[in-house]
Amino acid sequence: MLRLLWLIPILPFAGFALLGVFGRKLRPATAAAVGVGSIGLSAGFSALVTASFLLHPPAGHNHMQTLWTWMRVGGFAPGIAFQLDALALVMVLVVAFVSFLIHLYSVGYMRGEPDYSQFFAYMNLFVGSMLVLVLADNLVLLYLGWEGVGLCSYLLIGFWYKDAANGRAARKAFIVTRIGDAALAVGLFLLFYHLGTLRIQELMERAALQWPSGSGLAIAASALLLGGAVGKSAQLPLQVWLPDAMAGPTPVSALIHAATMVTAGVYLIARTHTLFSLAPPVQTAVAIIGAATLLLAGFSGLAQRDIKRVLAYSTISQIGYMFLALGVGAWAAAIFHLLSHAFFKALLFLAAGAVIHALRNEHDLYRMGGLRREMPLVFWVFLIGAFALSGLPPADGFASKGLILTETWNSPLGGTGLWAAALGGALLTSIYTFRMLFLAFGGPLPQPVARRPGVTEKLPLLLLAALTILAAGLNWPAAWGGVSLITNFLHHTLPAPPVRTGRVAGGEAWLEVIAVGVALLGIPIAWLLTRGAPATVRAALQTRSATALRGFWLGGWAFDWLYDRVLVWPLVWLARANEADFIDLFYRGLAGMAGWFHQLLRWTQTGRIRWYATSVALGALLILALVIFL
Amino acid sequence: MATVPMEHALILAAALFFLGLAGLLARRNLLFILLSIEVMLNAAGLVFVAAGSRWSQPDGQVMFLFILAMAAAEVAVGLALLLEFHHYAHTLDADAASRMKG
Repeated sequence: MLRLLWLIPILPFAGFALLGVFGRKLRPATAAAVGVGSIGLSAGFSALVTASFLLHPPAGHNHMQTLWTWMRVGGFAPGIAFQLDALALVMVLVVAFVSFLIHLYSVGYMRGEPDYSQFFAYMNLFVGSMLVLVLADNLVLLYLGWEGVGLCSYLLIGFWYKDAANGRAARKAFIVTRIGDAALAVGLFLLFYHLGTLRIQELMERAALQWPSGSGLAIAASALLLGGAVGKSAQLPLQVWLPDAMAGPTPVSALIHAATMVTAGVYLIARTHTLFSLAPPVQTAVAIIGAATLLLAGFSGLAQRDIKRVLAYSTISQIGYMFLALGVGAWAAAIFHLLSHAFFKALLFLAAGAVIHALRNEHDLYRMGGLRREMPLVFWVFLIGAFALSGLPPADGFASKGLILTETWNSPLGGTGLWAAALGGALLTSIYTFRMLFLAFGGPLPQPVARRPGVTEKLPLLLLAALTILAAGLNWPAAWGGVSLITNFLHHTLPAPPVRTGRVAGGEAWLEVIAVGVALLGIPIAWLLTRGAPATVRAALQTRSATALRGFWLGGWAFDWLYDRVLVWPLVWLARANEADFIDLFYRGLAGMAGWFHQLLRWTQTGRIRWYATSVALGALLILALVIFL
Repeated sequence: MATVPMEHALILAAALFFLGLAGLLARRNLLFILLSIEVMLNAAGLVFVAAGSRWSQPDGQVMFLFILAMAAAEVAVGLALLLEFHHYAHTLDADAASRMKG
């Protein structure tokens, strides 16, 4: 069955090709069937491959499939080749299944859009690129998928291109992630130059052999890879594109933020974990970036008014948790959080999409309310998602975030500071999540419900809610009598987390209790800030400093403001100043001089044969004179 | 057998060459230009023959035969072009053929 591996990434591409070429001629129902069907088949094959992988594990839990050699230049011959190990398998499953559910949801959600088939074409290309990214056995193929994902994010964020602001958001996402991509490309050059291969497995083996821990090259290479990961995964300092990416349709946000694109950076670091282990300073930087990002994004999430922007900042924050886990060496915990985040974030986005449609495209939380009675199903699944996001049992976020907190505490690379930051982030997460829940579903209904989700929208919501609970069941915290099916499986590929000496035995249970207690604490705080706000809180929220702080967080810590002044404006000024292109003056002068000489010499070409003969004779005489008299 | 001194032959050749050159530059009629070129060619041939006789080598005369053959071929092509040109321009004035000016 593992032979069928190549079908998993190929099918979405086939769907894209079909829809891209014939899309405009197809009826919407057919286009949707092709778009959803290709991903559905892909998910089905990934389930088959998984079953086969689990029943008959290949040698070393690592299956390679080479389709053909992509190009051959000197000693450089990257293949179109796939590598399926525990890490790739988990990623493929998550990407294929979550994407399938999001596609299914889009059928109803996007009905009536003029570019219906184009939408599915782009979505298929997106999923195909992501599958190539996670299955690639060499970094060049991974880079192809990486760029494909970037391209599709541009196409989909700017899907409603008639509004100029959406086009701007799409360009911003593309350009900001491109900064990271450039770093990644340089990193690939560096790795190939020094290690002579880009096949991930060989690369890691050679790096471990040739580079001592903490060597300059290992630090440079892993720092460059980190640059790429930071761009794609929207971490500090390149996180600015993600909140604006909300300009795209809601299923796109779900796809970008849950299963694909933003997880690519986490996957890249986990995939090249050997390299990061060789560079302790960079690994520390990963942890610090993660901790800082999760706190910053958490504060920003508190102040947002747009329901989708709250979720956007929560994505940045949760990816921050994954980076923190990667930074402390808890590779499997990071991937487990990626998996659980994919489920609950897709769930939350799709539920938010239902809310937005119900209230006639209203995004503002303060003009929402009362949907608990009107749309009980959406409320309940949103509640499950909120529990997961806040890290409360029985949802999977509880298990994965708790694991990250425990590993951060236990790891010699972690420590109390990082743990406290993560715990503070958990409190913030819980507050903004339940603030969103109370505002959207509590209180009075501002307007009659315009549109209720259909079957194709309800089904993905229910399935994702079930997956959110199920994932927790597969990896219940060890301290609470747990199972660790997912993390144990991942340990076939990823090393076990380091454990510092001298930790208190049996402390994990307390860590979990503290984490859950902090998350629970967020619920009453959120209530006091929103629907149940007493007069004193209301007054305090209206003071000048509170308003200023809210504005500061609403704008995402003024990063856009800063980047505009430091980077964008000087560049625009330079472009304006150089409108006449002063370097070009030299070349234009050269061209002018050539023209002038041309005019001069043209005069000698009279077309008269006797004139030419005279010139030849005079020239001959001149040469003779020179030869004789000199 | 009285030998002609080398210098005389060279002077004659130079005179012929410059006559031809003068004709080439001064004449407008293409036919006469062609004739002038032939005169110049023969001047060059004469130098070959004179040099061959001076050093008692056959090469000079062989070279002259080559020049003759080449001149014949050249005249054939030249006259054909000339006829064509006359068809086209109804004149043999070389200055009328100045459409190639830059």
